[in-house]
Formats: sequence, C-alpha cells, structure tokens
Amino acid sequence: MGALGNGFEKISMDEIVQFENVGLRYGTGAETLADLSFTLFPGSFYFLTGASGAGKTSLLKLLYLSQRPSRGVIRLFGEDAVTMPRERLPGFRRRIGVVFQDFRLVPHLSAFDNIALPLRVAGVKEKDLEVPVAEMLDWVGLGDRSDARPATLSGGEQQRVAIARAVIGRPEILVADEPTGNVDPEMAIRLLQLFEALNTLGTTIVVATHDIHLLSKVPGAQMMKLEKGVLSDPTGSLLHPPLPKDQLR
Amino acid sequence: MLDLFVIPSADRRLIPEGRLSGPMPWVIAIMIFLTVLAAAAGLALAQAAGDVSDELASRATVQIVEANPDSRKRQTEDVAARLRGLDSVQEVRVLPQQEVEELIEPWIGSQELSNDIPIPSLIDLKLTRPATGPELQSLRSAISPLSTSARVEPSSSYIAPVITLIRSLQWTAFGLVALLAIATAAAVIISARSALNTHRETIDVIHLLGGTDRQITRLFQRRIALDALLGGVLGLIAGTGIIWLISSQISAIGSGLVQTLGLSWYSWLIIATIPILGMLIAMMTARSTVMRALKKIL
Repeated sequence: MGALGNGFEKISMDEIVQFENVGLRYGTGAETLADLSFTLFPGSFYFLTGASGAGKTSLLKLLYLSQRPSRGVIRLFGEDAVTMPRERLPGFRRRIGVVFQDFRLVPHLSAFDNIALPLRVAGVKEKDLEVPVAEMLDWVGLGDRSDARPATLSGGEQQRVAIARAVIGRPEILVADEPTGNVDPEMAIRLLQLFEALNTLGTTIVVATHDIHLLSKVPGAQMMKLEKGVLSDPTGSLLHPPLPKDQLR
Repeated sequence: MLDLFVIPSADRRLIPEGRLSGPMPWVIAIMIFLTVLAAAAGLALAQAAGDVSDELASRATVQIVEANPDSRKRQTEDVAARLRGLDSVQEVRVLPQQEVEELIEPWIGSQELSNDIPIPSLIDLKLTRPATGPELQSLRSAISPLSTSARVEPSSSYIAPVITLIRSLQWTAFGLVALLAIATAAAVIISARSALNTHRETIDVIHLLGGTDRQITRLFQRRIALDALLGGVLGLIAGTGIIWLISSQISAIGSGLVQTLGLSWYSWLIIATIPILGMLIAMMTARSTVMRALKKIL
C-alpha cells in the first residue's frame, strides 16, 4: 500500500495506550465509564465487546481523542492525552485510524475523495495519493465505484469505504466501531484479514463488536469486555498482557 | 493572503462552493452597492466643500451701501480703482447692476427694483492671499477715505452655513459607509455560522482525521472571500452605473454649487477598492467567527 510513501516504521515504545482509573461522565449524569485501567501494546489486536449501552463507543471516543475523560489519566504514544493542548491533538489524531459505527463519510465527496481525505489532511501531494487510494479501493472491492458518492453506495459499500479511509494512512492504532456490522460474512472475513495484515505490520488494532464469532477468526487477539461502563478482563491479558508480537518473534 | 486562493482543488471540494447559489454574494452585492453610493456621495461632498472653501478662501466682497445712485457709482469707481492698485489684490470685478438685481430677485422680486429700493453696488475681489482678518482690515483702511459706507466681507462668510451643511452630509455619508461595513461583517458572521452548522458533520470528520483549525478555517475563509469578491464586483458595477447616471444629470444642470459635485481620479480609485476592502472585512470576520466556533470543539 505505502500510502505515505515512506514505509511503515516499527513502534518502539512499550505501551501505545495506557488508561489509569479513567472515568467518563456526560453532563451531570452517572458515569458512562468508570475506573478503566488497562494498557495496549504496539502490534496487538484487541476485540472490545459488551452489550449495547455498555460504553464501547464512549471508550473508543476516548481512544481516538474525540472526547476527554472526566477523570483519570490517559497516556497515548507516551504522552498525557488528557492535559495535552488542543493544538497538538491533530498530530496525534493522524496516527489513529477510525472506522465510525455510522461511517461518517463526507456526503458530497466521491468514494475516492473520501478515502483520500486523511492523506490530503496530512498534506500528501495529489500525485502521491492516486495510486495508494486506487489500490485501497481495489482491495475493498470498490475499484469500479471510485466516483460514486456515499448516497449511491449500499451500507456495506459505505462501510468498506470507511474502513479504507481509516487504514489508508497506515495508522499506528486502528479503532473500529462495529466494522463488520453491515457486510456479509465473506466481506467481514476479508476486512478482518485486512486488519490482521495491518496488525502484522505493527498497527495496534481495537475492534468493538457484538459478534463474538469474530473473536475466533483472529488467533492471538485479546478480548476487552465492558459491562455497564466497567471493564472486565476475561482473558487476564489486560492485567497480565502477553509480550508484544515483535518481542515474541 | 494569496495562499488563500491556491488551496488545491481537491481540498476546495471539502466544503461545496456553489457560486451565487446562496444568498451571501447577493447580500454583499447590495451592501457594496450601497457602500459605493455612500462613499461616492461622501467623497463628492468632501471635494465640493474643499473646492468651494479653496475658491472662497481668498475672495472678498466690497459693498458700497449708498442711497444716492450717483454718489454710489462714483464711490464704486474710486474704490475699484484704488483696489486695483493694491499688491494684495489680484483681481477686481465690479458686478453690473443687472447681475446684482438678479442675485436679489428671488427675495424681493423684479419690478423696477433700482428705482424703489437703493441697491448697494458690489465689487468682487480675488486676493493674492487668504482673506484673513488683518488682510481685510488692510483693505478697509485702504478704501475708507474713498467711501465711508464701504463694507468689506470675506466671501467665505456668506457660504459658511452651506459649507457646514456639506461637511455634515459628507460625514453622514462616511458614517453610512462605516455602518454598512459593520452590517456586512454581521451578515458574514451569520453566514459563517450557518455554513458551519450546515457542514458540521464534514468538519467533525476532518477534525477527527487530524485536520487543523487552520485547514478548516481556510476553506471557509476562501469560500466567503470569493462570495464577497463576486458580490463586491456586482455591487461596484451597479453602484458606478448609478453614479455615472447621476453625474451626467448633474452635468446637465450645469450651474453653481451643484457643478462642483464631481469625483476626482483618486476618489474613483478609493471607490474601486471598496469590493477589495469588503472582501477583506468578510474574510477576517469569517476567519475569527470560524476559529472561535472551532475552539469550542475538542
């Protein structure tokens, strides 16, 4: 893929994400998330599960810097993301790919332009983005829908565009909220394979899903489970994480 | 400012730019049209007041107030001759009796004026220096031995109320220009906020993909600057058309103070810059509005 044209650089820090006693409260209501403490390592693959309303999307929002926590400490790429000045957030956001649950494609842009958006935001020249975007379109099976606007795409096609947009910039973390919710099983497996391929290259993947069957499709993936805003650790991997993949090799 | 217009075309598409599709260019066209008219009026009045003041600054009028027509005529000739011999006087013109009667005709009618009412004779003077108090006193001293009834008045004293009125109108016009600039800025604020709301989803996505406030602001700034420039040019064309029409009608009147109402080349230059100034106001207003709004988002 090589969208940025400079190859992927291995992440060298020990923890890519660290949450300590993080809580999130919207307005004056009860805490949506409470006492979250966990560490994500570079190159790991995590599934975030939980019932509807358990707080999966809220946790992902904290991860992709759309929301600041009400309390606690979040360290992202080794830096404090809670007190980080607003001006520095864009630089960090460019290192995170996000697949939104509702896709959030720009309605007046074509599939090509939607996928190219992160690269354009990052200042990649037009001549340098045509090939990677075209390759990404082919990869998600939309090579012939390059000029199509989101409104003319099916739900599954929109989701594939959203995924392509999230991964085109080779993010260090990929956060996906129900990425396989609108695609058929075959496409779901293909998308997971894409995530795995990215993961193999060093990207940390966090996939929120209802579908527990997906968990078995990715050997070695860790599971995070949210219940009413509290994180449980069914595999113990959050408290006693396995060594990062690059250290296992 | 130039980098505003060299945003890559792909980036420009992030916020749709429908030329003349929204009300903004038309609102700005009307604002600039009114601004052009107000500015032209202000500049023309300023020029007229300046021209009249300059013209009258070194002029004075001598009145020979004498009831006896023969004595009045003799005194007028003597005074005029004396004034012509003074270094401080550049030009002396004795107003013919008929011209004086025409001047006062609107007030006292035209029927055999000279026979019924003693009309003073008038001598119009152009001095080599401004008609200041000491200068006028020197003239009075020079002519008083020839005519005890001679009065010397600066011409500016007659026209002073008119000049004051012209200045008041001029500042009213410039005040209107300032108010229109404020109204334009207010319209831009409303438009920018509306555009922000319309494109809120797109802005959120760009933000979450790592877009900076500056990147997003530039898109809005550019869009509003182009709207303002387009509206401004339309307003300027309409405004100059009206000014040209009024100018030709003033030329047709061809008399007195009205004739002095005109625009110099630098006034036209100022008027020509109005759309650019309008665009700058719109751009800066849009920038600060969008920046302030974006700072409320994480």
